[in-house]
Amino acid sequence: MEASPAHDAHVRFDHVRMGFGERAVFQDLTCEFPRGRITILLGGSGSGKSTLLRLLGGLIQPEAGRIYVGDDEVTGASEAALYRIRSKIGMLFQGGALLDSLTIFDNLALPLREHTDLAPDAVASAIHAQLEAVGLTNVDHLLPGQLSGGMLRRAALARAILREPEILLCDEPFSGLDPSSVKRIELLLAKINHERGITVLVVSHHIASTLRLADHALLLLPGRSVEGKPAELQRSEDAEVADFFDEDHSVDDASLTPTESFLP
Amino acid sequence: MKAAELVRDLGWRALSIVGELGRMLLFTVAFLRASLMPPFRGRRFVEEIYNQGFLSLVIVCVSGLAVGMVLGLQGYNTLVRFGAESSLGTVVGLSLIRELGPVLTALLVVGRAGSATAAEIASMVTSEQLDGLRMMSIDPMDIVVAPKALALIFVMPILTTLFVLFGLAGAFFVGVGLMGLDPGIFVSGLKSSIRFSDDIGGCFFKALIFGFLAGLIATFRGYHAAPTAAGVSSATTSTVVVTSVAVLIGDYFVTALWGFRI
Repeated sequence: MEASPAHDAHVRFDHVRMGFGERAVFQDLTCEFPRGRITILLGGSGSGKSTLLRLLGGLIQPEAGRIYVGDDEVTGASEAALYRIRSKIGMLFQGGALLDSLTIFDNLALPLREHTDLAPDAVASAIHAQLEAVGLTNVDHLLPGQLSGGMLRRAALARAILREPEILLCDEPFSGLDPSSVKRIELLLAKINHERGITVLVVSHHIASTLRLADHALLLLPGRSVEGKPAELQRSEDAEVADFFDEDHSVDDASLTPTESFLP
Repeated sequence: MKAAELVRDLGWRALSIVGELGRMLLFTVAFLRASLMPPFRGRRFVEEIYNQGFLSLVIVCVSGLAVGMVLGLQGYNTLVRFGAESSLGTVVGLSLIRELGPVLTALLVVGRAGSATAAEIASMVTSEQLDGLRMMSIDPMDIVVAPKALALIFVMPILTTLFVLFGLAGAFFVGVGLMGLDPGIFVSGLKSSIRFSDDIGGCFFKALIFGFLAGLIATFRGYHAAPTAAGVSSATTSTVVVTSVAVLIGDYFVTALWGFRI
């Protein structure tokens, strides 16, 4: 199970070392993410889950090692090459990362206006189609600050998939959301993956939800990583893996009452 | 042992300063490239002129009027002792156009628009909006930094002109309206002493330089802010402090280079 190569890898990390100051995040990370599947990235706080997404997007560079998206190498790529690679990637940031000063419509229109020659009517219809796909209507004229957390996350998801990316990176897409919004985002990600065949990488602390969703899981532990099917990881006899799942992560917290969740 | 620590500390500080200067240089080059090469962000530039220029109008005009009135009052009371109150227009005009206009306008604009610019960009860093742009293959330098910095450079001479005009109006009101100075003497003193190339040209040149400093420092501080609430606060404060000091020091050098008395 440890560092097992996935078939038809879409994304590869090859002996990646990364740290911030004196704190090492990855010492020698080698892993692969299968094409067209949903992969969940698990690990404790500070284990490097979000860092992994940022490395993949070329937002930061590793100290050593190589990262590939398909046949393109992200590490050491020029800014122009990175922009070309990023055109294949959509990213849903934790806080949405929509521009505060633009309306939802203008936020979604931005990448289309920048990178395509679409006529204004075509831009508008593409945006409305995406907003409808994520279950949002009549939000064109609103600013991001006027949306609820769940709506904001869905608007950001619509922007992330607007240019038909091959890979969708989701950084904590469920954090701070109520159970119904979590369910809604979860269904949307499954639908996007199923209908468009997009490779989806999800960082989340909402273990129950993401385990239901994922085909493949990567658990980041201090100094090493373990990957496999979520159910296999849950049943693992590896002490550290078992410890991680024992810390109530495998329990569907939405099904518990507040009192039950504190019972021994 | 202590000496070794001192040397190490000094070494780190020197490296840190060199690193900061290097980042500033690279940032300046990137800014110039984004400003001079297409695509040009006309709409965003106009929006920033509104945010940084139009919204600074009241504070600049009111301050200019107040400074002019104080100059008029102080100047008249001083000059009248020597029987030289007819020189009030000259004194006020030269003071405002050569020094007070560009310097005080720069300090006011930095306090209002520069700090707001740094805070806005820093909060965009904190909320990952700049990374969001990068992930959409859009250069934040091109769409966020350049329009804001260019707008600050553009509005500074205009706001300086307004500051000077309101200052002259304030001095005229005090000198002529309150102290009874002859308006013709005030205006002729002003006209005879102000030289277009030296005084007005120098004033515009200073305003442009100060606008460049304000635009570059504010955007640089915001762009390189730590992605935390403290980072936003630090970027805002350091923008005001660093730009104010840079304007005051830069004022001496610009004055010297432009051919005024050293």
